[in-house]
Amino acid sequence: MSHETPIARPPSRGQLLADAAFRRLSQLSAALVLAVVAFIVLRIAFAAAPAVREHGLDFLTGRVWDPNKGRYAILPEIWGTLYTSALALVLGTAFGGAVAIFLSEGFLAQATYRVLRASGLALRPGWSKLPDLLEVTLKNLVSLLAAIPSVVYGLWGLFVVIPLVRPACNWLHLKMGWLPLFGTDLSGPGVLPAVIVLAIMILPTITAISTDALLAVPSKLRMAAYGLGATRWETVLGVIVPTASRGIFGGVVLAFGRALGETMALAMLVGNANQISVSLFSPANTLAALLANAFPEAGPRQVGVLMYAALVLLGITLAVNVIGSILLQRASAAVEGAR
Amino acid sequence: MDAITSVPGSAPQGPFAGVDLDGLERSLRRPRTLMGVLLSGLVSAMTLLALVPLFSVLFMLAWRGGKKLSLSLFTQLPPAPLEAGGGFGNAIVGTLFMVGIATVISVPVGILSATHLAQAGRESRLAAAVRFAGKVLTGFPSILAGVFAYGAVVLVTGTFSPVAGGVALSILMLPTVMLTAEDAIRAVPARMKEAAIGMGATPTQTTWMVLLPTALPGILTGVMLAVARAAGETAPLIFTALFSNYWILSHGRLNLMQPTASLAVLIYNFAGMPFENQVELAWAAALVLVLLVLAANLAGQGLSRRQITS
Repeated sequence: MSHETPIARPPSRGQLLADAAFRRLSQLSAALVLAVVAFIVLRIAFAAAPAVREHGLDFLTGRVWDPNKGRYAILPEIWGTLYTSALALVLGTAFGGAVAIFLSEGFLAQATYRVLRASGLALRPGWSKLPDLLEVTLKNLVSLLAAIPSVVYGLWGLFVVIPLVRPACNWLHLKMGWLPLFGTDLSGPGVLPAVIVLAIMILPTITAISTDALLAVPSKLRMAAYGLGATRWETVLGVIVPTASRGIFGGVVLAFGRALGETMALAMLVGNANQISVSLFSPANTLAALLANAFPEAGPRQVGVLMYAALVLLGITLAVNVIGSILLQRASAAVEGAR
Repeated sequence: MDAITSVPGSAPQGPFAGVDLDGLERSLRRPRTLMGVLLSGLVSAMTLLALVPLFSVLFMLAWRGGKKLSLSLFTQLPPAPLEAGGGFGNAIVGTLFMVGIATVISVPVGILSATHLAQAGRESRLAAAVRFAGKVLTGFPSILAGVFAYGAVVLVTGTFSPVAGGVALSILMLPTVMLTAEDAIRAVPARMKEAAIGMGATPTQTTWMVLLPTALPGILTGVMLAVARAAGETAPLIFTALFSNYWILSHGRLNLMQPTASLAVLIYNFAGMPFENQVELAWAAALVLVLLVLAANLAGQGLSRRQITS
C-alpha cells in the first residue's frame, strides 16, 4: 500500500515536535546575538569598574600617562582620536562624494560611449558592452580599496606615504611655521600620514552608501529639473544631492565611526606620542592605538586602566554608529515617501 | 519645423518666432556651462586620484613582496634579528587555524539566527532588535573585539591562545554572516516556500529542504566575505593570540593554550623593525595575506552570481 502514500500529507507528530524544537533553537540563537552584544559591553564595563572608581573623571581630563607613578589619563588620546578622524572625514568625504557623483551620474560610461561613437564602434557587438563593463570595473576597484587589510595600509603608509609627504611637510613648516597647523616638522610618523591613510580606508564606505543614496533619488525629480532648463550640474547640486543628503550624511556618520575605531594604520603611523597639538606634522596618539600598543605588555593594574580607555572608545563609537544607522533608516524611509 | 533646422543666425519663423535659438546653443562662454564642464573635470580628476593609492599599494606589494616570494617562505619559521632567510609558515597556519575557529563559531549561530530573522514577522521585536544589533556590530571597532576576548578568554584561561583569537574574530564575522544569510533567505521566491507549505511541510522542513538549499550560494557569499575580513584583521589578535616564533603543532601534538602567530600580526611586528630582512618578510607576508583575502572575496562574489532570486 506504500505506493498510495500521497506526496502531500500532514506532518507527523514527530515532525511537529522537531519543528517546534528547531524554531525555538533558531529563536534562541537570534537572542544569543543580542546577548553577545550585551555581554561584550558588560564584560568591558565590569573589567573597567575598579579603574573607573579609582581614577574617576580625572581620567578623561588629565594629560599624564605614567605607569611608574601609577598616574593615568587619556585626554591626549581622546583629542588624537577625534582630531585624526575629523580630518580624515573631511578628506574622505570630499573624495568619496566626488567618486559617488562620478559613479551615480555614469560619467565613465558616457565618456566611453562618446569615444566609441566618434570612432564608429558604438554599435559593434563586442564594443557596445564596453561602457557598462568599464563602469562595473570602476565600482569593483573602489570596493577593492575596502578589501585590503588595514595592517597592509599601515605598511604602505610607513614605506610610501611618509617618505612621499615628508619633504613637502618640512618645506611647509619652514615657510609657514607660524601657522599652528604647520607648527612642527614631520620627523617620521605623524598626524598627516595617518590622516591620509585613514581617509583612503573610509572612502569606500562613504562612496558605497552615497552612491546608493544618489541612485535612490526618483528619476522624475531629475526629469523635472531638466524640464525647467537646469544643466546637469545644476540638477546634481540643486536637486539630486539635497534629496540624497540624509542618506549621504548617514554614510558619513558611519564612516566617522569606522575612523574612530580604526586601529592598525594609526598604531603604525600616528607616532604614539602622548601630547596634544594642532600641528598636522607632530606625532600624536589615539585610543585604539593606545590599546594596541599597551595591552600586550600590560600588568594586572594597567589592564583595568586600559579597559577604562576601551570603555570610553566603546561609548564614543557605539553612539556614533547608532546615530548613523538611525539616520540611514530614516533616510531610506524619506526617499520611499518621495517616490 | 523649419525653424529648428534653420542655420544659426537666421530669425526663426512660425511657432518659434521670437525665440533666441542661438541662446540655446551650448557655449563655454556662459558661466553655467563653464561651471558644469569644470565640475565634471574636477570630479573625474578626484576619482582618478582616489584610485592612485589602490594601484600604489598593489604595485608595492607585487614589487617588494614579489621580490622575496619563494617556496621556503611557506615552510620555514620567522628568523631572529640579523639572521638571514626564514619564512612565515607558522603564521599562515596560525591565520588559517584561527579563522577556522571563528568560522566554526560564527557560521552556525549566524545562519540559525538568520532563519529566525527571515521567518519572523514584521512586528517581531526580537527580530528588529537583533537586526539592529547586527548592524551595530558591523561597525564595531575590531580592537574592542580583542579587548572583549582578552577579558573573557585570556584573563580566564590565564594565557594567550588561538582560541581567544578565534573568539575575537568570530564576533567580527557574525554580523556579516547573519545579515547576508537573512537577505539570501528572503530572496528565495515566495512560491517555492508556499509550494512546500502547501504539501504539508512544517516550517522547519521548508527551511531545511527548500529555503537553505536555494539560498546556499548567497549564504556562502556572506561566509566568504566574513572569512576575507577576519583573515586580514590584526587588532583583535595582537593581545589575544599574541605572536609566536614556533609552530602551533609541536612533536605531533596540538597545543591550544599557547601564543600563536598570524600573518597580520607578523606584518605589524616586522614592519617596525630596523632589520632589512624582517621588513622584506613583512612585505612578502602582506602580499600573501592580500592574495588570501582577495581569493576569499572573489570566491564570495562568484558564488553570489549563482543565487536564485525572484
